[in-house]
Amino acid sequence: MGLKALDYETMNENVKKVQYAVRGELYLRASELQKEGKKIIFTNVGNPQALGQKPLTFPRQVVALCQAPFLLDDPNVGLIFPADAIARAKHYLSLTSGGLGAYSDSRGIPGVRKEVAEFIERRDGYPSDPELIFLTDGASKGVMQILNCIIRGQGDGVLVPVPQYPLYSATISLFGGSLVPYYLEETANWGLDVNNLRESVAQARFKGITVRAMVIINPGNPTGQCLSEANLREILNFCYQENLVLLGDEVYQQNIYQDERPFISSRKVLMDMGPPISKDVQLVSFHTVSKGYWGECGQRGGYFEMTNIPPKTVDEIYKIASISLSPNVPAQIFMGLMVNPLKPGDVSYDQFVRESKGILESLRRRARIMTDGFNSCKNVVCNFTEGKSLLSTGHSKAFVFCDFFSALLLGYHTGAMYSFPQLRLPPKAIEAAKQAGKVPDVFYCLKLLEATGISTVPGSGFGQKEGVFHLRTTILPAEEDMPEIMSSFKKFNDEFMAQYEDNWNRSRM
Amino acid sequence: MRRFVIGSARNLIESSRQKYQFERSILSSPYRFLSSSPAADSPSSSSSSSSTMAHPVSLNTINPKVIECEYAVRGEIVTLAQILYCNIGNPQSLGQQPITFFREVLALCDHPAILDKSETQGLFSADSIERAWQILDQIPGRATGAYSHSQGIKGLRDTIAAGIEARDGFPADPNDIFLTDGASPAVHMMMQLLIRSEKDGILCPIPQYPLYSASIALHGGTLVPYYLDEATGWGLEVSELKKQLETSRSKGITVRALVVINPGNPTGQVLAEENQKAIVEFCKQEGLVLLADEVYQENVYVPEKKFHSFKKVSRSMGYGEKDIALVSFQSVSKGYYGECGKRGGYMEVTGFGADVREQIYKVASVNLCSNISGQILASLVMSPPKVGDESYESYSAERDGILSSLARRAKTLEDAFSKLEGVTCNKAEGAMYLFPRIDLPEKAIKAAEAAKKAPDAYYCQRLLAATGIVFVPGSGFGQVPGTWHFRCTILPQEEKIPAIVTRLTDFHKSFMDEFRG
Repeated sequence: MGLKALDYETMNENVKKVQYAVRGELYLRASELQKEGKKIIFTNVGNPQALGQKPLTFPRQVVALCQAPFLLDDPNVGLIFPADAIARAKHYLSLTSGGLGAYSDSRGIPGVRKEVAEFIERRDGYPSDPELIFLTDGASKGVMQILNCIIRGQGDGVLVPVPQYPLYSATISLFGGSLVPYYLEETANWGLDVNNLRESVAQARFKGITVRAMVIINPGNPTGQCLSEANLREILNFCYQENLVLLGDEVYQQNIYQDERPFISSRKVLMDMGPPISKDVQLVSFHTVSKGYWGECGQRGGYFEMTNIPPKTVDEIYKIASISLSPNVPAQIFMGLMVNPLKPGDVSYDQFVRESKGILESLRRRARIMTDGFNSCKNVVCNFTEGKSLLSTGHSKAFVFCDFFSALLLGYHTGAMYSFPQLRLPPKAIEAAKQAGKVPDVFYCLKLLEATGISTVPGSGFGQKEGVFHLRTTILPAEEDMPEIMSSFKKFNDEFMAQYEDNWNRSRM
Repeated sequence: MRRFVIGSARNLIESSRQKYQFERSILSSPYRFLSSSPAADSPSSSSSSSSTMAHPVSLNTINPKVIECEYAVRGEIVTLAQILYCNIGNPQSLGQQPITFFREVLALCDHPAILDKSETQGLFSADSIERAWQILDQIPGRATGAYSHSQGIKGLRDTIAAGIEARDGFPADPNDIFLTDGASPAVHMMMQLLIRSEKDGILCPIPQYPLYSASIALHGGTLVPYYLDEATGWGLEVSELKKQLETSRSKGITVRALVVINPGNPTGQVLAEENQKAIVEFCKQEGLVLLADEVYQENVYVPEKKFHSFKKVSRSMGYGEKDIALVSFQSVSKGYYGECGKRGGYMEVTGFGADVREQIYKVASVNLCSNISGQILASLVMSPPKVGDESYESYSAERDGILSSLARRAKTLEDAFSKLEGVTCNKAEGAMYLFPRIDLPEKAIKAAEAAKKAPDAYYCQRLLAATGIVFVPGSGFGQVPGTWHFRCTILPQEEKIPAIVTRLTDFHKSFMDEFRG
């Protein structure tokens, strides 16, 4: 009998619609090349430890001891584990019922959720309720749970920034909802203009879509901007007026490389605004152990905190969480350690500070090298914003701009761990891409990959204004490899541009 | 405090009351199981700006599929001495010790900085150090803190494939393996792929583990029930499958897949190989995906039964990739290891085209990857120490100790249940549960009705209040209408079993005395 149980034609259409660029065509090709023995530099995923970042020692010591609690009874344990790690391991084991091997409460271990609540309170100056904090297997799982609860069908829309992190578009497709894009202003350092928001909502409503929620990514991914307090107020006001639940993706809150514009949580601003807004606007904030100087991506640890979500809805979200039984317990302990770090005077404190500072400072230097490297490339476009004064003014050719981006400019809009340069592709390159059946920036990135082994993500995977092209790279490759990476990038880019340019430049000049 | 605990345990039973009501509606029209579209209390779809309107996310406006799905087994977990938890398959929360070797390796992988210290050799077994090195060498950059390939670390998948091959005697391909955060996300992923609308049906056993009903509801499909036959030790009759398939097809349901749980949850039966062959043949004939929940594969307690994977059975029938679409689920949470908190598991996906495989990979990649510790553990359970390894003896002593103790506990509880008036209990051949049937006196059923509870939920609630023992009522799993059951895990520590038996026996006697006609 030729009945096929599950073939492409009979699959759930929503699954087919999902696009996921971070691990899309480019990544697959890169993996193939790697299999063939080519050296690949993965800058496509914010995955610091894959690129050589060393984990912080203390949390690894604590979790190792929790994995092997019998060591705690061994008189020699002190030979390789410091006393504060031993104490912390005992502390976290006492919060579990059955150690790392037992399912926890589906929302996470109550004691760890309490530590998260205390962290939020210290950060924001407002109390937080552990009952409204759910630990998750990474922030992505949390985002998926919340969107699953919100989206009823394609008539439900979610406002998502463009460029955006593709988790959002993928999840919205998967659950059959409608993505309502709002564009970030590249010329204003990827700022968020409330007028754009209104326009997006109006357009969606015109099409019969009920806009239910709004996503902000702060600090931005891939754009790296850090939202100002004033901007956050506008956003919250907007959510209040339009009756939207705000989903605050705040996973890069530790990745701030500047002092003038610190990270401010949406929740703090919401509370500062006072009633009625503070009592009314619904907010879900997400955090993770994967980013920051922790970079513990492989653990899959995260949490979300709910504000102004009614108890019955919280119960439903709890039920959804309970179908997956519980988040993984080792990562819950990582989360506890992240929100409740060592204090001055602890035996391991100095080492901890040294390691975390070292990581952040190195990221900063790498950002710098990348910025300078991109800025020396042909047709890599840059808007002149606050970053301008820092940039080398040595680019004499008019079309060599040095847009860049976000995360990277020291002392300016910096956050996250990405750069998102704009590529000014000559018409001939665009034509060649069409011939090859590729989106122009995908075409560029594939060529880059083949020529240099550098695996990036084309801007089209995140969304961008029509006719404008970008690529995203992380700033994570090892510092010592950075100069070489940038010089091979430049060599490729300049040749690529020269190949397709012809007279185009001259006429543009 | 105790009151609080009782309260939360009571919630567990309470939630199965709703389940019961809901199930009554299922059983009257089984083909709309869980999928009935809710009353369209359509939320402000023409919403304009106003601050007085309902919150964007409230019970009225959240995804109705979320409200539809039910999950009876769990609620808040609280442990307290007086409460005897027999409701969840969570062995380590009840004192079962982890396998030392596995934990040594995990600790070393979590903190590789100590691997080459000489002191480490005094604290860890030599083969655990060696294994940790092997595993780290399989991880690109030895980075246990990095996202892996979305299917899981390739080297670990190689190990798992080798383990499957050793188990079945048929080759396994590491590219067929998707590592997941426990088996549940894998089940969700398959449901997501298969279910397009409520017109798509999934054949599920009744009684069933509620993950399936919940997941089908969440993805908006239709559960097509087939009954296991209690009289033949919860046997799975292909004639019943055929009957249910025909009936649902005649109602316009496209049945996409068959779920088989072997060894059974909550029913504990281990399928005979002949029976499995008939099931494979049925799926092949009817073009169904066979979703084989094989998470209890190590939990077999009777010498006359042996676990056979569906993959092995179908390959031994000469059916390969082209003949049958088969997904096998495995987990680190069950077996003798019982590492629930690690959220490790995998599915082995065979018999799908490359285009479908790509889609599975894409869905997996949205969540980046499963947790690395769970991935490592999944590779360890599929390749434990071997004869001659330094840890082999302690490992096998720990494993056999746990499994033989589980077998004794199962026997003790089964005997105790069988002695109760009106209770019949099938043998637990495998898995971690007993699912005895209880014939309740008419008066008790009336009392339950008066209390607006399913009779078995009423019994369980009275039991909890009187003894602190937590069972899950059969109505949480589905059962033949008019029959009543409860599920009891065999996981409480052995020294607690006599107390459970005594308390249960005393309670049951007084309950029957109270309601006997």
